[in-house]
Amino acid sequence: MDFIWLIPLIPGIGAALNGLVGVRSFSKRTAGLVATGAMAAAFLLSVVAFVQLLGSAERYHKVTVASWIPPIPLETANGIGSFEVPWAFTLDPLSGMMLLVVTGIGLLIHIYSIGYIDHEPRGGVARFFCYLNLFCFFMLILVLGSSFLVMFVGWEGVGLCSYLLIGYWYKKKSASDAGKKAFIVNRIGDWGFILGIFLVFFTFGTLDFREVAVAAAALPVETAAVGFGVISLICLLLFIGATGKSAQIPLYVWLPDAMEGPTPVSALIHAATMVTAGVYMVCRNAVLFTHAPMVMEVVAAIGVVTALMAATIGLVQTDIKRVLAYSTVSQLGYMFLATGVGAFAAAAFHLMTHAFFKALLFLGSGSVIHAMNEEQDMRRMGGLRRHMPLTFATMCIGAVAIAGIPPLSGFFSKDEILYRTFLHSPLLWGLGAVTAAMTAFYMFRLIYMTFFGEYRGPAPDAEGHGDGHGHAWHGPHESPRLMTWPLVALAVGAVFAGFVGVPAALGGSNMIEHFLEPSFTVPGAAHAAEAAHHYEVEWALMAFSVLLAAGGILFAYRNYVQRPEAADELATRLAGTHRLLTNKYYVDELYDATVVSGSMSSARGLWRFDGGVVDGAVNGTGWATRASAMISHVLDKYVVDGLVNLVGWICREGSYGFRRAQTGLIQNYAFATLVGVFAFVTWFLVGR
Amino acid sequence: MEALGYSAADFYYLLPELILTGGALLVLLVNIIVPRRGDLLFGISLGTLVVSGLVLASFAGVDTTVSRGLLAIDGFALFFKAIFLVSAALTLLMSAPYLRVEGVPAAEYYFLILCAALGMMFMASGVDLITLFIGLETMAIAFYVLAGYLKPSHKSNEAAVKYFLLGAFSLGILLYGMSLLYGVTGTTRLDGIAEALAGQDRSLLLAAALILLAAGMGFKIAAVPFHMWAPDVYEGAPTPVTAFLSVGSKAASFAMLLRIFVEGMGALTPDWQVIFAFLAVVTMTVGNIAAITQSNMKRMLAYSSIAHAGYILIGVVAATERGVVAALVYLWVYLFMQLGAFAVVTMLRRHDVVGDELKDMSGLFARAPAAAVAMLLFMLSLGGIPPTAGFMGKVWVFGAAIDQGFIWLAVVGVINSAISLYYYLRVVVFMFFKEEAAGSEIAMGPAMVTTLTVAVVGTILFGIYPQLLFEQAQAVAGSLGASVTSAALQ
Repeated sequence: MDFIWLIPLIPGIGAALNGLVGVRSFSKRTAGLVATGAMAAAFLLSVVAFVQLLGSAERYHKVTVASWIPPIPLETANGIGSFEVPWAFTLDPLSGMMLLVVTGIGLLIHIYSIGYIDHEPRGGVARFFCYLNLFCFFMLILVLGSSFLVMFVGWEGVGLCSYLLIGYWYKKKSASDAGKKAFIVNRIGDWGFILGIFLVFFTFGTLDFREVAVAAAALPVETAAVGFGVISLICLLLFIGATGKSAQIPLYVWLPDAMEGPTPVSALIHAATMVTAGVYMVCRNAVLFTHAPMVMEVVAAIGVVTALMAATIGLVQTDIKRVLAYSTVSQLGYMFLATGVGAFAAAAFHLMTHAFFKALLFLGSGSVIHAMNEEQDMRRMGGLRRHMPLTFATMCIGAVAIAGIPPLSGFFSKDEILYRTFLHSPLLWGLGAVTAAMTAFYMFRLIYMTFFGEYRGPAPDAEGHGDGHGHAWHGPHESPRLMTWPLVALAVGAVFAGFVGVPAALGGSNMIEHFLEPSFTVPGAAHAAEAAHHYEVEWALMAFSVLLAAGGILFAYRNYVQRPEAADELATRLAGTHRLLTNKYYVDELYDATVVSGSMSSARGLWRFDGGVVDGAVNGTGWATRASAMISHVLDKYVVDGLVNLVGWICREGSYGFRRAQTGLIQNYAFATLVGVFAFVTWFLVGR
Repeated sequence: MEALGYSAADFYYLLPELILTGGALLVLLVNIIVPRRGDLLFGISLGTLVVSGLVLASFAGVDTTVSRGLLAIDGFALFFKAIFLVSAALTLLMSAPYLRVEGVPAAEYYFLILCAALGMMFMASGVDLITLFIGLETMAIAFYVLAGYLKPSHKSNEAAVKYFLLGAFSLGILLYGMSLLYGVTGTTRLDGIAEALAGQDRSLLLAAALILLAAGMGFKIAAVPFHMWAPDVYEGAPTPVTAFLSVGSKAASFAMLLRIFVEGMGALTPDWQVIFAFLAVVTMTVGNIAAITQSNMKRMLAYSSIAHAGYILIGVVAATERGVVAALVYLWVYLFMQLGAFAVVTMLRRHDVVGDELKDMSGLFARAPAAAVAMLLFMLSLGGIPPTAGFMGKVWVFGAAIDQGFIWLAVVGVINSAISLYYYLRVVVFMFFKEEAAGSEIAMGPAMVTTLTVAVVGTILFGIYPQLLFEQAQAVAGSLGASVTSAALQ
């Protein structure tokens, strides 16, 4: 397993090749092949590493590639500590699972991208693949990093790539604006994350995840009775970071806008991998979080409210990708709900299954958009199942999976979360269950609006209806095989991925939970007592949530297939609610009115302050420095030179012969030396 | 030979020095046989440095003394010798095109550069006052001649005479200090001195020796108030010589200073700490403030170099292993950024332009973007902006000072860094935002490209991956002898 450092490096090399050479000289095909080849190699290595991990007894492998930041003494809570960060990677069950998700799904999306991005000019293709590889490079560093700081390198790197890829079509103002929005909103979260890292070092004197976990495990759990201590503060700060990266309230607003990027990017970065980094980070620090139960409550509450709120917005969106975006926000909320109730394994499990079906749904929507000639509005689609059967079939699988119909993957992970939530708090469970019903509804609304009913889109246009690429559009068509093949592969995953976590109540053994367990505890910790099994409760909950999902699907069927006008009637009847939802609760407007305009006006204020006071002060300091330089110059010229000239005058009179060789300055210099010597001698004689 | 106390091992461990000597003589010889073949002489000189460096590299891990204990072959010496050889090689690289433009003979020039490097090597190895002094003289005499190498130039002549006279003066002071020290301890060997001082009361004679030695070394590292020669000499000397003077000579003098004070006079640490702390503050402050009003690049870099000696002195003041490590790291870092800056100034010397005024930097970005970006990097590094190596150097130096309780010293250092940004960034303003200066095209030959590349790589690499350098320095600082540890214990 010592080779795991190669796994991030290979996509890194791919990015360098495409970025440095490819943009100028690679053909589209070469650019795609280089990037995809790099991902394939990374995937193969990941599989090998994972198999070796399964075979090893310890299930924890740390590889220090190089030392990075040398020991620098820094103040910590326990006196001066040594701030030292090695460039180290860790392979354990959690990072191993993420490794497979990132490289596996990443590989499929790279393959898909070859077909998807084909319309772009040559250099643009290489640029796209460069960013995509670079993203994987940073994502793998994030996943494998064995300390907060190494993870932070990846964390910031994926943020950068996200910004670059959202704004890939940078000439389009909405795209570049969305890129900036994502970057700035993430920066707010990073503020919390960085402060959290500082506090971790200050408290524990190390940044290594394992060492921090061991140190934290020895501290008391900060329950309400103990009070809100330093671990709680650390966890809260870290969670602020997670809300930025994983699009949770209040920082979720960037993710829907991020859909301006190319669809494979949405699938890879804004559904399957990067946005789950926050969940991953929380899981990575499970020991810390379990010592901060009050923050856990906050996490759970934020998670469930985000899930519910995003789901309600998703009910009325008409842009196919925005539906999926809100769905992603909602599902991420689920994952945080799981971490908040202490079900870290369930969160990671849902992270994995979600990666499959959400990547599938995004890629499917990309295929639809491709077929519809860049049309994203579902009101202008319809009846596409006849034109693109494969896309239809795979997307249906994705929708069933996310709706939570057994035995597809979403069912297992979602029910695990709901069950654990129910044990923790029936109220949170209730909100989660409502969300599940809504999820089923809006997903099937998407399927029905897109694939069923009559075709409502633009007529196929023989006269080269401007699609911007100079060739005529012949109506909706199935996408090329390079794009459908990954859909099939992901669909297989969406169907079967859940079987690694079949709960005991259904006769399984919940393999994944036992597998991941070591990542959430410290070595040598006693196994958490198995929660008493309430199979009856679990069965009842399962049955109930399946009923809810089926209800949601049926409701969608009635409104969008049986009586398509019913949806509009409903919208008119609930006009107020509908307006509130289509406007996404006016959160963007609220932020614009408060935070954005507030920062803008304070920026203007600061600008004036800067112009008046700071510049004045700076100029004043500059003036003072110049003045003192001038004074020392004057001093040098008149006082020192005067004295020297006096001495020099005596010497000069006496040594006329040397006069031409000596400028007088040399004496000056020598005199200064002597002054120095005598100053020290005087000081030694008098001063001590 | 055996009878004289020399063995084969002595000659083996002196091979790098012997190779330099041979190479230097070969340059003169070849020049007589095939005259006016500057490229050939350049090749021989560079080859000599490379071969010497390779032999030197094979001594890694050796810790012994040769020549009857007069020369130490240890990690500390090796570390410094590597600095000298690299800076000499980079100097040669930037000299080749410069000599062509100036139209001066190459042979004696290369010979003198190699001789100066040879002297430096002995300054790093010497563990005996006389040996150290001879190394210093070898280096200094070569530099006296090199400073005046541009015979038609009044400035160059003036520089040589000034350097020579003041150099002789300061060497006198240094020798006086050495003789007093000999008088007190009865030996010129550093280990003997350390032993003798360990049990001795602090007499006035000893204080005088200490002060005179500090003043003599202060002249060599150009510490205020012993710095006055530096601006004039730096400005007048041929630019590559200035570069070598400000990097190689300074590093060698620091090596000698560390040997004498840390290894030889470790028992007097509290006394010389005070002297060097004072020197550090004055040196940084005067160097930086004086640099602000300079309009000549070489003069400005001279004052900047004075200020940097002040920063390095902070590391010496800290006097612990950490402090020595900081000083060693800083010298390497300083090598890359300072030589790089001088290389850019050298490049601006064309047949019709002297090119060493600040205004000659105007619009450099438009004319030679790569050089301008490199210069930007060097200026940022000299100013101590992350992620350049200069930043890391300062972090360590100030960190070492704080570690030893010299917080006020670190504060003065940081204030000085802030002041220094003014004149470093002024260069950037000229390069990027001013109209192009007059003069013919700027040619960047392969030698210059190599110099700049090495300097840029060094400046960036040690900025983002400081561990490389740090580990080496740490391994080396220990070989300065037990005195370091004992100083740390006080």
